[in-house]
Amino acid sequence: MPQLLLELFSEEIPARMQGGAARDLERMAADRLKAAGLTYEALTTFAGPRRLTLVVEGLPAATPDREEELKGPKTSAPEQALEGFLRKTGLTREQLVERDGVFFAMLSSKGQRTADLVPAMVDQIVRGFPWPKSMRWGTGTLRWVRPLKRIVALFDGAVVPFDIDGIASGDVTEGHRFLGSGRPFAVKDFADYRRKLEAEHVLLDAADRRLRILEAAQKVCSNRGLALVDDDGLLDEVAGLAEWPTPILGDMDPQFLDLPPEVVQLSMKVHQKYFAVRDPATHRLAPHFVVVANVEATDGGRALAAGNSRVLSARLNDARFFWDEDRKPGNFDAWLKKLEGVTFHAKLGTMAERVERIAALAREIAPLVGTDPDQAEQAARLAKADLASGMVGEFPELQGIMGGYYARADHGDAVADAVRDHYKPQGPSDAVPTAPLTVAVALADKLDTLVGFFAIDEKPTGSKDPFALRRAALGVIRLVLENDVRFDDFETSIQDWIGEYFAERRALPGFAAADAADFAKLRARPEVADARWVGAEYDSRGVVQALVAHSTPKDILAFFADRLKVLLRDQGKRHDLVDAVFALGDDDLVRIVRRVEALDAFLATDDGANLLAGHRRASNILKAEAKKGELPTGMVQTGLPGQPEAETALAFAVGAARTAVDAALEREDFAAAMTALAGLRAPVDAFFDQVMVNSEVPAERENRLKLLGQVRDVMGRVADFGRIAG
Amino acid sequence: MPAVTTEPLAFQDLILTLHRYWGDQGCAILQPYDIEVGAGTLHPATVLRALGPRPWKAAYVQPSRRPGDGRYGENPNRLQHYYQYQVILKPNPDNLQELYLGSLKAIGIDPKLHDIRFVEDDWENPTVGAWGLGWEVWCDGMEVTQFTYFQGVGGIEVDVVSGELTYGLERLAMYVQGVDNVYDLKFTKEGVTYGEVFLENERQQSEANFHGYDVDGLKRRFEDMVAEVERFLAMKGPQGQALVLPAYDQVLKASHLFNLMDARGAIAVAERQSYIGRIRDLCKACATEWVEQERARA
Repeated sequence: MPQLLLELFSEEIPARMQGGAARDLERMAADRLKAAGLTYEALTTFAGPRRLTLVVEGLPAATPDREEELKGPKTSAPEQALEGFLRKTGLTREQLVERDGVFFAMLSSKGQRTADLVPAMVDQIVRGFPWPKSMRWGTGTLRWVRPLKRIVALFDGAVVPFDIDGIASGDVTEGHRFLGSGRPFAVKDFADYRRKLEAEHVLLDAADRRLRILEAAQKVCSNRGLALVDDDGLLDEVAGLAEWPTPILGDMDPQFLDLPPEVVQLSMKVHQKYFAVRDPATHRLAPHFVVVANVEATDGGRALAAGNSRVLSARLNDARFFWDEDRKPGNFDAWLKKLEGVTFHAKLGTMAERVERIAALAREIAPLVGTDPDQAEQAARLAKADLASGMVGEFPELQGIMGGYYARADHGDAVADAVRDHYKPQGPSDAVPTAPLTVAVALADKLDTLVGFFAIDEKPTGSKDPFALRRAALGVIRLVLENDVRFDDFETSIQDWIGEYFAERRALPGFAAADAADFAKLRARPEVADARWVGAEYDSRGVVQALVAHSTPKDILAFFADRLKVLLRDQGKRHDLVDAVFALGDDDLVRIVRRVEALDAFLATDDGANLLAGHRRASNILKAEAKKGELPTGMVQTGLPGQPEAETALAFAVGAARTAVDAALEREDFAAAMTALAGLRAPVDAFFDQVMVNSEVPAERENRLKLLGQVRDVMGRVADFGRIAG
Repeated sequence: MPAVTTEPLAFQDLILTLHRYWGDQGCAILQPYDIEVGAGTLHPATVLRALGPRPWKAAYVQPSRRPGDGRYGENPNRLQHYYQYQVILKPNPDNLQELYLGSLKAIGIDPKLHDIRFVEDDWENPTVGAWGLGWEVWCDGMEVTQFTYFQGVGGIEVDVVSGELTYGLERLAMYVQGVDNVYDLKFTKEGVTYGEVFLENERQQSEANFHGYDVDGLKRRFEDMVAEVERFLAMKGPQGQALVLPAYDQVLKASHLFNLMDARGAIAVAERQSYIGRIRDLCKACATEWVEQERARA
């Protein structure tokens, strides 16, 4: 079966765009083949520094002939309708078929040669390619990521001739810029193309380039008794920077090893795209680096290793300058002063104001996590200072880490650790801090972010979460759960923190400036009915504060609930159990999770499963009866004449369960609460077996409905069983 | 270690070699523009000539002043005054990359011995509203050239794309000569050093830039220049054309005055964007007028 080979050869394509380009080419080619009615066996794409390649195997030589029957007007329809149909189909009346009083046209289309379909397809792909950024060049109008130089288009071994903006297709490509023969060469098919490219020092497949880099980098290290510091992101990037990647070990001036290793490594990676190297015995950085060159230099890489080494020294000298400057006395005071001029968010004030809020919040949280409020406040005050330091200005990724280094000498290890780690956890796989001081600052940092952005209505929507609020919320949840942090009343606390935003010095400037039209809308909201009047105008801040105070804490709690559900679901907890517990309206995350865990265990037991069935039956009856009239409530009578034993037994059992459940919940012993509920299983089963709820005697019916109501009520103290799937 | 086996080029020979090379490619070899600029791009031979449909090829050295980058001659890599070698080819020839690599060979950088890369770098200069796509060219990990296909200037999309090459001459020379301190560069083959030529200048200018200039005077002159731009754009030349070239000169002066104020620490964070915006608007007014004139002349 024929093969299609397409190569789009250009000047250097940015490394970060290559992966996406390979996927886009695959998708666009597949879509267009499908639209043309072409089937194929396999479609593969490749992207590298100078070329995008598509190979489609097993295409037919032509699309099949097609027969199609098109329904026309009724034979009784006016003449104009028939004429229209004939025009549309290009047939004559004699060629139409009559059936059941309707005209039909039998249309047949001849299949097209696949090679004839290729030019339009490629043209559409090239002109419609979704590069993140594209450009024009010379006097042309075509856009590509960088100037497009050549197009190889072969179908079944033959050139498919076409032209895009003056670039003619052909069978000729080029090899490596420096290591190749320097002469363009023709290819016959994909196997020939790939083989010739390799002979010309081009590895077509990014996976091959990665592998070559990794193996050779490890080898140049192990040859010297060293070990490569793995970095997948860097590996991907350098695999996109060289057609013939050649790792070379270079020497770093050992004097730089007294810089923090994070600084050395990041400086290598960000500025130079070098891999760091460590000493396998000590696990510390070794005074070397691995550069991935694009050439196999004629001197074995000596000159280029030496050149790279000099460049690295210049870079690390810059880093040393920052390191020395940043550690001068008075550094933290100067930085905090600088933060007064740094905007955190137009509506949320400056970084200095944020620091004040975080400090206040950390102080408040300190007792909850068992640490000293003064120290928590101090650590929080220092935590953001390094954002104004020279090193973090150069390497934003080192925020926190540098603050930790700089704070250690004067403020001690606990504070320095808190400064260093307070951004954690940064993602689902990042470790959660456990040092109490760190936990206090980390929570304060994230809660301030959440409260602030929710207050100005910058909530995440869909895939948009520009302020990483989901990550902040997940961070809070994990910090709370893994450190067993208990807020007395989370909702009220959040309200208080919002109050902080409106406190004298920390007003929301964006809100104060909101215009009259906004206030007219706000004024209509019922929750601001109590806002103060100032003269003839609403007090704008009062209105906004009332509004924010009303809705924000609830929104934030709901957001936490959502994030917690995601977290629990990721841990394999059932979604409905989480819902069943959330429905209770508890805002203590630790308690919620314990309850979910206990519930999960309970429902796995025979008693649990049966009681759930009993609950459903009781609920259904109550729901049905509620439609007929208000459900009776109040004391359940026992010892009535003729009362079935199962009814009395259930009444006593419910009473006992209620007492036991309440006591267990008081102790937050959810396993015991579940055990107490388990005691209801047999009486509930017996009741439904032996007792008819809808008795003809109204008093009996009323008593039994009251009893079922109590069963539902006592179970409802533990979880909303109605939300649990059977 | 020296980058070539023969005697490495002295600083001035590097410049002369590039002149010869680009001159042979048909470039007009211009002399530096006689107004302080922060980069070779700002020379009217690049920023204005990139606009309009008319072809253009030029190369020149442009002394560039960045007052805030001065280090009193104490930093081996940073200067408040340095040279850029600027090449503009409009429209960009198809083989611009090959021509560029040829220029590296001409100055003694062998691409089979050194690692030459084209690393993504989308260039923009917000003060003149210019942008382009291209690369920074690395030689053994060091950025030696900015390689840009101009897409827009003065906020206007270009009619024809120019290829622009900006070589950092001191860096390139340090690389070629294998020295770690810019002041140790051989300026002449006979051994006059870069330090002998420029060290004292760096010391005095750094002090003036950071502590010397009268801020009120700078601000006043900035406003004067702004007014001059507007006046020149409203005036007519002998053929009835607006006086764009004198107007653009005043934009360059205003831009340099802004850089001096910035180095003096006289620009508050909040003011900064507004200053840059004003310069950009002036530049845009010049560019808009110039492109009309160029289209008419074509």
